[in-house]
Amino acid sequence: MSVIEREITGANAEAWRGFKGGKWTNHVDTKNFIDENLTPYTGSEEFLAGPTQNTNDLWKIVSQLSKEERERGGVWDVDVNTPASIVSHGPGYLDKEKEQIVGVQTDAPFRRAIQPYGGIRMVIDACKAYGFEVPQFIVDTFTNIRKTHNQGVFDAYTPEIRAARKSGIVTGLPDAYGRGRIIGDYRRVALYGVDFLMKQKQREHNETVGDGMDENTIRLREEISEQFRALGELKEMAAMHGMDISKPATNAKEAFQWVYFGYLAAVKEQNGAAMSLGRVSSFLDIYVQRDLAEGTLTEETAQELVDHFVMKLRIVKFLRTPDYNELFSGDPTWVTESIGGMAVDGTTRVTKSSFRFLHTLYNLGPAPEPNLTVLWSEQLPDAFKKYCAKVSIETSSIQYENDDLMRPIYGDDYGIACCVSAMRIGKQMQFFGARANLAKTLLYAINGGKDEKSGEQVGPEFPAITSEYLEYDEVMKRYIPMMEWLSKVYLNALNIIHYMHDKYSYERIEMALHDRDILRTMACGIAGLSVAADSLSAIKYAKVKPIRNEKGIAVDFEIEGEFPCYGNNDDRVDQIAVQLVEKFMGMIRKHKTYRDAMPTQSVLTITSNVVYGKKTGTTPDGRKAGEPFAPGANPMHGRDKKGALASLSSVAKLPYEESLDGISNTFSIVPKALGKEEETRKSNLVAMLDGYFGSSAHHLNVNVFDREQLIDAMNHPENYPQLTIRVSGYAVNFIKLTREQQMDVINRTFHNNM
Amino acid sequence: MSHKGRVHSLETFGTVDGPGIRFVLFMQGCLMKCQYCHNPDTWNFDGGQEMTVDEVLAEIEPYLNYYRSSGGGLTISGGEPTLQAGFVAEVFSEAKKRWNLHTTLDSNGFNNAEKLEYLLDVTDLVLLDIKHIDNDKHKVLTGVSNEQTLRTAKWLSDHGKKMWIRHVFVPGIHEDENNLRDLGKFIGTLNGVEKFEILPYHQMGIYKWKELGREYPLEGVPSPTEDQVQRAYRLIEEGRRMQTV
Repeated sequence: MSVIEREITGANAEAWRGFKGGKWTNHVDTKNFIDENLTPYTGSEEFLAGPTQNTNDLWKIVSQLSKEERERGGVWDVDVNTPASIVSHGPGYLDKEKEQIVGVQTDAPFRRAIQPYGGIRMVIDACKAYGFEVPQFIVDTFTNIRKTHNQGVFDAYTPEIRAARKSGIVTGLPDAYGRGRIIGDYRRVALYGVDFLMKQKQREHNETVGDGMDENTIRLREEISEQFRALGELKEMAAMHGMDISKPATNAKEAFQWVYFGYLAAVKEQNGAAMSLGRVSSFLDIYVQRDLAEGTLTEETAQELVDHFVMKLRIVKFLRTPDYNELFSGDPTWVTESIGGMAVDGTTRVTKSSFRFLHTLYNLGPAPEPNLTVLWSEQLPDAFKKYCAKVSIETSSIQYENDDLMRPIYGDDYGIACCVSAMRIGKQMQFFGARANLAKTLLYAINGGKDEKSGEQVGPEFPAITSEYLEYDEVMKRYIPMMEWLSKVYLNALNIIHYMHDKYSYERIEMALHDRDILRTMACGIAGLSVAADSLSAIKYAKVKPIRNEKGIAVDFEIEGEFPCYGNNDDRVDQIAVQLVEKFMGMIRKHKTYRDAMPTQSVLTITSNVVYGKKTGTTPDGRKAGEPFAPGANPMHGRDKKGALASLSSVAKLPYEESLDGISNTFSIVPKALGKEEETRKSNLVAMLDGYFGSSAHHLNVNVFDREQLIDAMNHPENYPQLTIRVSGYAVNFIKLTREQQMDVINRTFHNNM
Repeated sequence: MSHKGRVHSLETFGTVDGPGIRFVLFMQGCLMKCQYCHNPDTWNFDGGQEMTVDEVLAEIEPYLNYYRSSGGGLTISGGEPTLQAGFVAEVFSEAKKRWNLHTTLDSNGFNNAEKLEYLLDVTDLVLLDIKHIDNDKHKVLTGVSNEQTLRTAKWLSDHGKKMWIRHVFVPGIHEDENNLRDLGKFIGTLNGVEKFEILPYHQMGIYKWKELGREYPLEGVPSPTEDQVQRAYRLIEEGRRMQTV
């Protein structure tokens, strides 16, 4: 425990005993608390403890419920009668006697709630798909009396946006459900208690009255009032569980519980696309360290807290339609927890609890959630790097993001939302923008704005290319204005969506755990990057002859000759990919954004690379109509011929500053290709990560397994209930993927040189 | 004057052919015709593509960080790399001169080591494949005698070279107890053997035989079990202990 330089007095003296004071004691400043009180850990994993009997018993209950859920077609139960709010449901338990951390989203674990504020249609469809029916009075209420986000959006959409959405040139828009990707600073609940936070909000509210009551001020006053009210409900929710969280947590168990209550309130209220947790493990470690020093915790009981906390995060459930799950695969919630990284002062943020969180993958077995994300720095302690490599090799359940790249931009108290979106915790949020399909846009450019599948005029009626062979300069001359058009339609759609989301489905509790004045980003995204780059490369370096149908639309391409493919560290094509990223970002920047959000973009497809591929015709790179795209920024599978490092190097060239919302790369390797002995595999993986991130790459999913194992899991899912694999930016339970997605994963490049 | 070499393919992330992470260059052309070969497409001398020394070095350079930080380096394999010894020697010496890179030669030893001294001088480690210790079986398996390979091993030993001996183990072909002990005994006579590895036979190359329109001689032969591999290690180890240098 750190030396107490300034005795903390006052009402919180007991809760904050032993902590080193600082700015944080008078103002909400979680980072300062961490700076003053963190105990970095540079040792190895030897100290870790296995699961307690209670942990095993509880996990058995979860496993049983998971099995029942699968048997019932994916949903265990739905409470169709009670629209969810922070206080809508009484407490639910796995086994009240054994749980260290309590609370689930409804009154029973695995029972899903209806969350209609994003859109009632989604709720009705999802219920119907799983054999439930929403009572008429609820349908009426959210159709005729209380408007939803979804309805608002469609009131304002233009015909052009609707057409672009329907054809799939822009897709995955959060216009029928919660947008997510907002991280509340849930740690504040534990550190300060809710009363302090409410007082803070009251002050912020008072500080909004200035010269004029303009639209922004009115909205802000309404929002802060909502935040204040939500904090009151948070207290009420905790009280239902028999706990008073108005004051700060006084020990580790309370700290875990208070943080979890903050998060639980968020997932009760919002069915957001990604409901990420932030960066709590090393914060909580400070409490664990104090209890260990005071003799009230042992390593076993400390690990038990972590295990029970993580178990709760694993069973967060949302009611979503099967086609949503088809897009994103197997019920993801993106409870992303960012682990490790370095502090600005050069010390490490790795603590013993960084190990404990990763260790849950052994105590509870592998799992896709929470989405454990290691913030990698070359400066991380060696023992921690080795441990991460071991966990990756044995569980394929963690992803890595480049702390050395992000820290200069976001400081040392940022977290990852969803897959790859960095944001300062409590000080920044994003307007999630799904993605635009650059491969399909290229076909629009070739076909004069006509959709290659439907034949309809979706894009502007520019002249189509009619020459026998595609000529690079001519294609680019058509492609650029088509991308400009796309960026405009896309941004228009996003502005509408986020205006309506703020209005009809505001994230009250998550925003209550933010500062008043925050940075907002408009997080656009692109899909089909490698397909577009390879197509342009084919046009430039080989001869590509379009085969046109009777309407003059190019529906196939004949390619004569060789062309360089993205993924081989060949600048001839890699620079095409770089330019596409830069150009599209430049186009996005031209447009006005809602609430003056800062425009950003990601190169990330989640698993929707399969669906985007389905919606896109044959492309000039030789990819046939309907075939999946490569995920995220990955090279197309099978085209990276020079091994893993060449493939990684191509991706590392994409400029992060032009893609600040993240650049996702998924890497799969067979265990033997990492080396022959366990120690060698670990050190090779560490060297690979150091080298990759040392070249300014942003993100890497690491999967280590044999293709045969996946094929076996596809045929015998019952034997692999916990088989977890990393896909674009998050992890999924393999057996919950659709057959098509499973095949897509199996067909991807497995680096297997032996 | 720069040599040109005939290159089958390259791998930027090799981890099984020498220590650490390695750049592996696969040369085109081989004189043995091993029945278990998983790269039969490297046999003929007309395939692959011609590359200059500079072109090869340019392929290596972007990844030097990885190779250095992992204690790895450059491995040249094949095919049989010593059949293009001049080119390989030049790549190795340039890689050493420019970057002080660790160099490894993955060879079947079917070449006169004395004449290859200039190459072995710039080679830090030799991965020497002994396909079979019994000469008759070696002939059946590879089409040639093993005498040259064993002479090469002896030469390396006599000249203070470091080597890893590797031995592909195919069920039914390498199981004989005496053969395994004899192999161990032979290894026991050598200096400079840093490591001995059994490479369990696998079927991943079969599709290449089919693509080349060749009949696969080991059709239906399974990979060895872990027990078979451990038994082989044990017997070879016994042989080595009988023969102390």
